Amino acid sequence: MTELVNEVRRNGKANAAMNVVEVSQINKSFKSIKVVDSVSFSIGQGEIFGMVGPNGAGKTTTIRMLMDIIKPDSGGIKILGEPINEAVKNRIGYLPEERGLYKKLTVSESLSYLAALKNVRRRLAAEREEELLKRVNMLPHKDKKIEELSHGMGQLIQFVATILHDPELVVFDEPFAALDPVNTQLLKELILELKSQGKSVILSTHMMNQVEELCDRILMINKGQAVLYGSLAEIKSRYKNNSVFVECDRLPEKLPGVVGSKDHQKFVELFLDGHTSPQELLSALVTSGVKVDRFEVSTPSLNEVFIQVVKESR
Amino acid sequence: MNKTLVILKHEFRQTFKSRSFIILTLALPLLAILGLGIYQGVHHWYHPAAPQEERIGYVDQTGMFNGYTIQPGVQFILYPGEQQAKDALLAKDIKEYFVIPSDYLSTGLITRYTTSREAAPSTKTTGQITDFLVSNLLGEEVSPQVLDRVKTPMLLASVRLNESGEIAPSQDVVTSYVVPIVFALLFMVSIFFASGFLFQSVTEEKENRVIEILLSSVSSRQLLVGKVLGLGTAGLIQVVVWLITVVIFAQVAKGIIPGLSGLSIPASLIGWGLLYFVLGYLLFAALYAGIGSIGATAREGQGWSTIFVLPAILPYYFSYFIISSPESAASRALTFFPLTSPITSMMRLASHALPAWEIALGLVILAGSIAFTMWLAAKIFRVFLLMYGKRPAFREIIRYVRES
Repeated sequence: MTELVNEVRRNGKANAAMNVVEVSQINKSFKSIKVVDSVSFSIGQGEIFGMVGPNGAGKTTTIRMLMDIIKPDSGGIKILGEPINEAVKNRIGYLPEERGLYKKLTVSESLSYLAALKNVRRRLAAEREEELLKRVNMLPHKDKKIEELSHGMGQLIQFVATILHDPELVVFDEPFAALDPVNTQLLKELILELKSQGKSVILSTHMMNQVEELCDRILMINKGQAVLYGSLAEIKSRYKNNSVFVECDRLPEKLPGVVGSKDHQKFVELFLDGHTSPQELLSALVTSGVKVDRFEVSTPSLNEVFIQVVKESR
Repeated sequence: MNKTLVILKHEFRQTFKSRSFIILTLALPLLAILGLGIYQGVHHWYHPAAPQEERIGYVDQTGMFNGYTIQPGVQFILYPGEQQAKDALLAKDIKEYFVIPSDYLSTGLITRYTTSREAAPSTKTTGQITDFLVSNLLGEEVSPQVLDRVKTPMLLASVRLNESGEIAPSQDVVTSYVVPIVFALLFMVSIFFASGFLFQSVTEEKENRVIEILLSSVSSRQLLVGKVLGLGTAGLIQVVVWLITVVIFAQVAKGIIPGLSGLSIPASLIGWGLLYFVLGYLLFAALYAGIGSIGATAREGQGWSTIFVLPAILPYYFSYFIISSPESAASRALTFFPLTSPITSMMRLASHALPAWEIALGLVILAGSIAFTMWLAAKIFRVFLLMYGKRPAFREIIRYVRES
């Protein structure tokens, strides 16, 4: 079903009203250097959308334009169906890459102030605060000043601040940078919880493995340009090597459809000729009496895809 | 609720709660109470002994000075010769003695002998001796009234008339010098304190990296306006507390300290004080907000802010000059130059020397500068809030502002 939805969206036939984010042809230059170069994408409801690319690719600039912190030179941005305005800002949660909190305020004071800036009524904010602090095990520290907290605890408070106003769209910019493994895991759980509540999430990061684990669809940016855009599964199959990993006791000299092999010490990668399917190869191996311990159709990691894309674009 | 209002309330509350704000605001009332208390205490506990009648000896070689030996506070004792006078002085029978030589009428020369160390004879002693001599010289020839006038030819009272010939308000020393200087000082402290708080708050948000979270909820304009008004409200409260203190202090002090009986704080001065505080604060707040957003840390911004502090404290250093020659070209220039205008205007208003047209022109220039600085600050604010790292060069700042 998701595949189908993605397919429809890719073809641009999706109803615009369904999309939580709709970005068309945005451009931004600083000092005549193009930082974002006609980038377009859309994000549906309940989707975790990965924005990937190396540092300096233009991810943060794109996000700041989404947040109306800086204005695009040209192009259109619609969030929750309308051009960004104050009411829309109240429905977005944003965890910036450069983030921090008031050192002298208590946890509770900081959260109340940030919630008030999102137009959340005080009582509702207090309820949410209690609930979310409990969720991240920070309730006992509620009345401590931020400067008294450890770095990791401060990060937890920032997560809470980001989703305190129950936003429909949550944007995380490099959220895993400088997180310890425990907080990384907690944040991943929170992100998946948001998805299960039907919220949309933008996850911007240069850590490809996190994206592979969490995202439904991705936008890959390099030097300000969108180089890949679509569902993660589809992109991976598009960039697969057409090879299989085989771990077995011996390999016959000649196998039908195999045009080459690469020894990876523990296993052998066999490259297929394009006419032969992995199933045919497997049956050929079995019929020739080889004892197969492992047979896996290779899928490239996002990292490999990225390197390949960048190479191709040169 | 309006988000500007949320920011305003937050900034106000944070400042109002801060220890430095509370201490500074209450310092003046406490000092005033302490000052009056000390004065009262000293007055109550210290009773100086009733001035004893002094005894001054003299030797008269002319034979003309034998009357009027009892003058107010002093008795003159005639000694037949210098030796007897010296003995009396050394026996501490008299405080001092003087010798009127036989050629006194032609030379006027009098020699005075004393055992106390002094740079010059006190005016009191000189006056007493003079009165004694004058009384003896003229006592026989003129009426006692004329004699009194010769001793004290005038008691001077000056009255200043304004252009229409009416009597201008009092020219009491306290009112014309102390009041303007106190006003200028309080003013300077409150304006710098409030705008300093603003500066600190902007740089802190930038340094803490809270700024980007804030900007995802509010616009940079809302943030700027909310901050300026929030901290301004706190500053205004401080000024009101101080003005009330000054008025009460003036009333109380007038009644119990004789030297301050001429002290008066006209109600209009309070009104002007509030107006000039608001204007002065807005100007410096806009400047500081702009500067605060440029540097990555508070320390970096500090250097820049000094550039504007220097001209602003200028009127205070020249306060004596401004008050004594309020209509000079320099005083006028300081009244019109926006950075010095609020404090100079207050000083001149307090010393009743600011014509209406100068007030009007000063206010127009000030208001125009505020509008321009606010506009500039909003632009700088928007461009530089998200810029961390290296501090931009001055030329870059100008270019960014032009581009944005």
